[in-house]
Amino acid sequence: MPGKLKAKIVAGRHLPVMDRASDLTDAFVEVKFGNTTFKTDVYPKSLNPQWNSEWFKFEVDDEDLQDEPLQITVLDHDTYSANDAIGKVYIDIDPLLSSEAATVISGWFPIYDTIHGIRGEINVLVKVDLFNDLNRFRQSSCGVKFFCTTSIPRCYRAALVHGFVEELVVNEDPEYQWIDRIRTPRASNEARQRLISLMSGELQRKIGLKVLEMGGNAVVGYLQCFDLEGESGLVVRAIGTACTLDKLIPGTVLNECMCVCVCVCCCSLILSGMGSGISVGKEAGPLKTLLRQQAQSALEQREFPFFTLTCFPPGFLVHIGGVVSARSVKLLDRIHNPDEPETRDAWWEEIRQEIKSHAKALGCHAVVGYSESTTICEEVCILSASGTAAMLNPRFMREGCLDAGGSDQRLSRCGFCHIPYDEFNMPFPAQLTYCYHCRRQKVPDVLFTTIDLPAEAAVTGKGCLIQARLCRTKKKAQGEVNATAISNLLPFMEYELHTQLMNKLKLRCMNALFGLRIQISVGENMLLGLASATGVYLSALPAPGGIQIAGKTPSDLSYDQHISTMQKRINDTIVMNKELYNIHPPECIEEVVGSPIPDRQRSRLFRSTSESSDELSELDLSHGKKDAFVLEIDDTDAVEDIQSLLTDAPMPAGFYSCNTEVMPGIYNWTSGLQMFTSVRVYRLNNANLTNQGLNKIFTDLCENLLKSLYFKLRSMIPCCLCHLNFTVAVPEEELIQVRRHTPKNTSPILSIFPRNILNEEQLQFSMELCGESTSSNNQPTAKASERCSPLPEVRSRSLRSTRSLPCGAPVTVVKMTPLSFLPMTRIVKYLGIINMFFIRETTSLREEGGVSGFLHSFIAEVFAMVRAHVAALGGNAVVSYSMKECVFMENPNKNQAQCLINVSGDAVIFVRESDQEAIPPLITSGQTSTTGADGTT
Amino acid sequence: MSVELDVFVVNTTIMDEEVYQLWLDGYTVNDAVKVRMEGGVLEGCEASAEVLHSDTMDQYRTFQMCERLLHSPVKLANQLLFQIPPHRQVMLIERYYAFDSVFVREVLGKKLSKGTKKDLDDVSAKTGVTLKSCRRQFDNFKRVFKVVEELKGPLVENIRQHFLLSDKLARDYAAIVFFANNRFETGKKKLHYLTFQDFAFCAGQLISNWTVGALDNMVEDMDVDLEKEFLQDLKELKILITDRDLLDQHKSLVCTALRGKTKAFNEMEANFKNLSRGLVNIAAKLTNTKEVRDFFIDLVEKFIEPCRSDKWTAGDMRLYLTHYTNSAHVLDTFKHQVVWDRYMGVIKSCILKMYHD
Repeated sequence: MPGKLKAKIVAGRHLPVMDRASDLTDAFVEVKFGNTTFKTDVYPKSLNPQWNSEWFKFEVDDEDLQDEPLQITVLDHDTYSANDAIGKVYIDIDPLLSSEAATVISGWFPIYDTIHGIRGEINVLVKVDLFNDLNRFRQSSCGVKFFCTTSIPRCYRAALVHGFVEELVVNEDPEYQWIDRIRTPRASNEARQRLISLMSGELQRKIGLKVLEMGGNAVVGYLQCFDLEGESGLVVRAIGTACTLDKLIPGTVLNECMCVCVCVCCCSLILSGMGSGISVGKEAGPLKTLLRQQAQSALEQREFPFFTLTCFPPGFLVHIGGVVSARSVKLLDRIHNPDEPETRDAWWEEIRQEIKSHAKALGCHAVVGYSESTTICEEVCILSASGTAAMLNPRFMREGCLDAGGSDQRLSRCGFCHIPYDEFNMPFPAQLTYCYHCRRQKVPDVLFTTIDLPAEAAVTGKGCLIQARLCRTKKKAQGEVNATAISNLLPFMEYELHTQLMNKLKLRCMNALFGLRIQISVGENMLLGLASATGVYLSALPAPGGIQIAGKTPSDLSYDQHISTMQKRINDTIVMNKELYNIHPPECIEEVVGSPIPDRQRSRLFRSTSESSDELSELDLSHGKKDAFVLEIDDTDAVEDIQSLLTDAPMPAGFYSCNTEVMPGIYNWTSGLQMFTSVRVYRLNNANLTNQGLNKIFTDLCENLLKSLYFKLRSMIPCCLCHLNFTVAVPEEELIQVRRHTPKNTSPILSIFPRNILNEEQLQFSMELCGESTSSNNQPTAKASERCSPLPEVRSRSLRSTRSLPCGAPVTVVKMTPLSFLPMTRIVKYLGIINMFFIRETTSLREEGGVSGFLHSFIAEVFAMVRAHVAALGGNAVVSYSMKECVFMENPNKNQAQCLINVSGDAVIFVRESDQEAIPPLITSGQTSTTGADGTT
Repeated sequence: MSVELDVFVVNTTIMDEEVYQLWLDGYTVNDAVKVRMEGGVLEGCEASAEVLHSDTMDQYRTFQMCERLLHSPVKLANQLLFQIPPHRQVMLIERYYAFDSVFVREVLGKKLSKGTKKDLDDVSAKTGVTLKSCRRQFDNFKRVFKVVEELKGPLVENIRQHFLLSDKLARDYAAIVFFANNRFETGKKKLHYLTFQDFAFCAGQLISNWTVGALDNMVEDMDVDLEKEFLQDLKELKILITDRDLLDQHKSLVCTALRGKTKAFNEMEANFKNLSRGLVNIAAKLTNTKEVRDFFIDLVEKFIEPCRSDKWTAGDMRLYLTHYTNSAHVLDTFKHQVVWDRYMGVIKSCILKMYHD
């Protein structure tokens, strides 16, 4: 009995009217944990009840503490009939189990009902007393910290990086149980929410156990996903990187990330996991440094040397081989024991093995920036995994030898882009040149990665978001035939996406991609591919060549003219982009601009100036990617490519966008920060669309969405959209009645974007804004609501709860961001992981403003609940926030819709960098009280 | 291809003030898009009408969701659904409760009932304010009225606290509530020349001088009704016109003071008795609730119109009323000085405010 959970129900406010006759409510609360339930008294006839209950105590195993959420149900007492539920609050008490995180949960929580949404708020206090557990065979893993952040959290130091942890649990989906036919939608939704909450608790506990076994104390880059497989079950799986973290003493200046030069080197290859095309070569050749041996011995002990991190401690990353990815198509109805995790475990095992072997083929012993995903369409499921093959510095994996801080002198700044594999025995054809920085080692011509741009990488100009979009039609089919059709299409899609990326990269005169995410989703009769990445010009890599258009049959004049105008447009765009992104590499300007020399010749010229060795011609012959640069216009694909190249609208002035954490080439951030989510669903009415037509539509959708964003955010210029995260889905059609033509429903795009104001000249402008808002605080209506300094906030909260004011308590401003940091601020404490799952259903869709109104209010509600939980933990921001799942189903004929949302992030306390030093926090909070949300207006 | 669903949600709610105003003014989404296009928002942005439409829809939805909260502004500050910076909240509330003076002129003094609400389409047609906006404004009046009706304490302060309005707007609402409660007639043709601000000023005067809460020691009481006792006392003033000596004495005092100071002296002298009868009769009749409703029309008919036809200037008016009020103090048989001052103070400032073209 190693834990005592205590909960106290203080008060409620803004409750809905449950009794029409009196326009009031007789509310009481049920508090449930595990199988124990307590009740408060009924507080009669009030919409702002003051229960002020005793402390309800639950004596439970810490195993249960990890698995179970505290369930609070608010009900309306009814003497004659059954009590009506007003709504529920689930509180994950995991943050209280770690000694370093939050100590108390206290605050106003929105009362949520899956049918009616938020209905009032309830003030709750929760505490946990843990006893020391001496049991060696314990099943719990209390105290292991979880972070969604894919870098080492800001106030910790990585003492040891242990490596990959994964876990997967399966259960029957309540929505598909027989009982679902007789229970209400509300009961079914609640059963589902509760089950997922339990499963994620269990999953975290199991992963925690693995971490403890490895000797770690934390999981960084924790990525949890749900697979709603339908009939065959509900899978919750998670991956992460086990680490041993040391807390930094407050006050330690964190500039170590500036001083060591980590070198990133990538090549432009996506190894497709379909087993098609690329032969995986032998173990890389004779490049046997001491480093490699050490690393291998350290890593070989691990089954999968994978890391979910995308940002690394200095010195961790040595070389990068390139993007590795694997996909596998599975049939869900072929699972023998749907309730057991073995089959899925085996699937993932297979994929991970493949990734591992791809990495080996690239001469790398590890995979970083690793992530896994699935897409499900009826019984077909595509499992995907991708990462970046890399060589790591082994000292982070062995104990004892890491305090030798910056001793690693070998990693000079220019070691940066050197290939990890053997140049005479390359796993794939690529152009190599000598590094443009040191001129000693070889670098590839282009570099693709899934990680963030390392802080110390030398970059020319600015970066930008690059997207490749692709649609492919597919015949409607069932079962195995369908699976085969999909798996046959996949390699082609990967190849085409890759080609598109390459062309767009060249068009922007850049030579490297970071944060590459390729998403392929399946619909009944189409496949969608969306690749997003941030392009940059790495100074160490050679300048990219231009794009050359060639006609196959140079016959008549008008045709030639057509080609030359196209060529001119492309060349003009390149010149324009160079200006736009400020890319002026010293030696190659005159070579690229409007050069009439075909690209192949040019690159040969190029190389012969920079080196003079014999293998040149060989390399050139084996250069497999030349098609990427010479587009043959007779080819319909190429026409499409050119189309898509030129239709990409340029960004309006003052905007920058990227999908990585930081924008390469921009360093002056302001603290104004705004996170947004945008969802769009389109219906395709035309049943007989060609690939080309679909592509055009899809591209237009994405472009329109971006344009729309730029327009909405125009008041915040100069502004940078960071961590733009696009998700595409092709929902199934079973709900919608099929009429004359089968409507296809592509649903781009669930996109979660944060946005940061940043600026070159306008820093002062945003500071003025802050000042202005401070003065507005004096107005009678303004609640002193935004606290940037958390310490007094905690105090004022506890005061508030003891006094339990029904109204008038200020609402803490909580910032949300998908970034792992907040510009101009310092994170002083991590309070625990936020991982929430909500279902919302309606049977009065029209009345709620149609699908858009329904989803709009649901997303707003989800934000509100996340903010409330963070505030209750004492935090003032969520970092690494992401909306992992947003499944939307509708049936307009029945006036119904349902939506599932899963969000996660890390609750933190931050302080402004300017405040933290001299001024004691108490004073600080007063001074900065409104600057918080202000840059956002 | 058609857009099925299109939403954009932010953590810190972004609101475009221009769109907010269009929404408040009752524009439909399509009309709002047109207005915005004409206003040139798209200039400098590479955006299409589609983008503008989607943006407008998003904002309209946000406003609709906020509207429930705006009905009780205190909630807006501690609700959790939208994270809105405080100065934005102030703006949202202030704009939501703002009203069109043409509209308020139409319903001022009317009972805030369902019947009046049904006639709003006529009002809308007459004023050119959209029906939607009319309804919003009407509901605002009604909501404020309902809340403060039962409350004790100063009216303006109550409104400011419960609706978080600025002082100016709270005063205007106090006037509206006061007029609605006492059902003052403001719609007669003769009163058309008066603006809402004229009435609001008068209401302010009445509230702070003639109501129960007007005197310091009675702050606990309500501000909405005129003080019964005072109205009763007003009857006593009748002596000024019924007692011949007093009337003559009063006249000669006023005339002496005015002689040579104004061009309209002759008219003043000739009309003194009529004018004085008019004012005192208004006072005497105020005990009757029905007569209270005609307070403004009486002021215009019995006093303002005769003076206007005699071409008094505003200066003449001020001069006349000052001396008319003060001279009564010198009358030794006139014992109701306090009531007289309380009455004439308000009458004087009301008439001065109302005496214009």
